[in-house]
Amino acid sequence: MSILVIAEHDNAVLKAATLNTVTAATQIGGDITVLVAGHGCGAVAQAAAQIVGVKLVLVADAPHYAHQLAENVAALVVTLAGGYSHILAPATATGKNTLPRVAALLDVAQLSDVIKVESPDTFVRPIYAGNVLATIQSSDKIKVMTVRGTAFPAAATTGGSASVETVPAVADAGLSSFVGQQLTKSDRPELTAARIIVSGGRGMGDGANFKLLEDVADKLGAAVGASRAAVDAGYVPNDYQVGQTGKVVAPELYVAVGISGAIQHLAGMKDSKVIVAINKDEEAPIFQVADYGLVADLFVAVPELSKELDRLKAAG
Amino acid sequence: MKILVAVKRVVDYNVKVRAKADGTGVETANVKMSMNPFDEIAVEEAVRLQEAGKAKEIVAVSLGVAACQDTIRTALAMGADRGVLVETDAELQPLAVAKLLKAVADQEKPDLIILGKQAIDDDANQTGQMLAALLGWAQGTFASKLEFVADALNVTREVDGGLETVALKLPAVITADLRLNEPRFVKLPNIMKAKKKPLAVLKPTDLGVDVTPRLVTLKVQEPPKRQAGVKVDSVTTLVDKLHNEAHVI
Ligand SMILES: Cc1cc2nc3c(=O)[nH]c(=O)nc-3n(C[C@H](O)[C@H](O)[C@H](O)COP(=O)(O)OP(=O)(O)OC[C@H]3O[C@@H](n4cnc5c(N)ncnc54)[C@H](O)[C@@H]3O)c2cc1C
Ligand SMILES: Nc1ncnc2c1ncn2[C@@H]1O[C@H](COP(=O)(O)O)[C@@H](O)[C@H]1O
Repeated sequence: MSILVIAEHDNAVLKAATLNTVTAATQIGGDITVLVAGHGCGAVAQAAAQIVGVKLVLVADAPHYAHQLAENVAALVVTLAGGYSHILAPATATGKNTLPRVAALLDVAQLSDVIKVESPDTFVRPIYAGNVLATIQSSDKIKVMTVRGTAFPAAATTGGSASVETVPAVADAGLSSFVGQQLTKSDRPELTAARIIVSGGRGMGDGANFKLLEDVADKLGAAVGASRAAVDAGYVPNDYQVGQTGKVVAPELYVAVGISGAIQHLAGMKDSKVIVAINKDEEAPIFQVADYGLVADLFVAVPELSKELDRLKAAG
Repeated sequence: MKILVAVKRVVDYNVKVRAKADGTGVETANVKMSMNPFDEIAVEEAVRLQEAGKAKEIVAVSLGVAACQDTIRTALAMGADRGVLVETDAELQPLAVAKLLKAVADQEKPDLIILGKQAIDDDANQTGQMLAALLGWAQGTFASKLEFVADALNVTREVDGGLETVALKLPAVITADLRLNEPRFVKLPNIMKAKKKPLAVLKPTDLGVDVTPRLVTLKVQEPPKRQAGVKVDSVTTLVDKLHNEAHVI
């Protein structure tokens, strides 16, 4: 077997989600090739070559790969696909955008959000917002799948020694072009990589009140997340959303503040190691999954929490 | 401009879905069914484009059992002009759906096809991308804003780091994300009007599409339940437990 993993990166840095996907590939078994399609992405290719378990890195470097346009990247992957039994990408916005296009061009099905490898043709994935897990067998000649990062440990970033080869770019399809982006700037860790996450919901009442959470997050070295209701209300940007249709996270500690615990939210965080809920409604469903629940008004409890963290720090 | 919108009939998002005891599937008997929430957003966007004078005709397409007619009627009540049902009792996976939608698109020749980004039953998030691939069209997935600029369509997309805007050549495929719009409530007179709007029924064989599933579900089961923990009486206790018991801070 031979497996092609599509790297997630921004032309400068290899994203961690790639490492979890490599681990899934290792569990399938076989030679692992990583494709780095981008522009000026040499450093990413070098980083990919260091990942333990990777045998070969393919680099396609062209201006029309700079922004990971699905039309162009999928066309490239299809030209390389012939030699592989499996094609994997992280279940990120980029992977989800590109990989189904690859699958359709190859006339094969795709498995989304794989959380477990049972055998080279059988995988487990969540359906119905994670209420149910399905074990699925694929009969396609090339098995195409996106991999949920939280379900696989990261492969080691040093110690590998893959060779790096250049592959020719496919001509720009000319169907789409990049216009611009509005990326959320933050000095805090990325949601999907954070060890601790502090999330706010509709109960925050206002975007400005997220300051309370940011203050606690900074003391904990945490990322800040949100429920859909908080994003829809414009309190925080879209990329804060945790859930069935947002980001899936599994930190060591998840603190849900003013979040009721709808099934769609739980789908994105219920695999966290420790869950804390702060909610003034003792009946809120979030308490059914919380390891530690505090029934309180968040506007009292969160500032108190901030002070207690100071005290903890002072006590060493 | 003509717009095709794909609407799927799914278990309502408020239903807590359970696996059947024998692991062969999920309980769907006597369960409330609704239009996939993302597809409501897709229909709403099409209707707004029509109201803005940009679209002439909206065709709502659903694929599946005869009861999908209800889903199409909902789209018609929201403002779509006519419906197409591709009727089958067979299990339809995203690749088959994309092939059927392509066949419908080949007949209808729309300028824009809008789908939901994800069906909340299979959580696949694939069909729009697959359809765009089969048609050889541009794709604007996870859309939170559409803007026509000269002969291109600028699509703002929800991505992991924030928002991204791409320009698409038309015809194109769009998949709707949550922030694209807020779907309207359907008014009773519109439900009555929708009953009179045309709805054509086809079979997969009419479209020459093989819908045989490529993936076989061997079993479904519920994940292990998370045990509820304890309620703490104060922030001080909470911090103490997180520090000394859970060792996470
Ligand atoms: C198709 C679809 C996809 C969805 N995807 C997602 C998703 O990915 N992620 C997601 O999160 N949701 C998602 N949802 C929405 C989900 O169903 C819920 O509506 C949403 O999670 C509710 O957000 P919330 O808990 O912040 O708000 P609410 O349910 O309104 O809860 C607010 C909570 O705050 C508490 N509160 C209020 N004031 C205070 C106070 N002063 N102190 C303490 N507590 C207070 C209240 O008791 C309440 O429990 C989706 C829905 C649909 C239909
Ligand atoms: N059987 C179907 N009938 C109509 N539309 C569908 C069907 N299946 C999928 N779609 C469309 O494709 C989108 C994405 O579905 P999926 O790829 O299954 O997550 C949905 O939001 C619908 O717009």
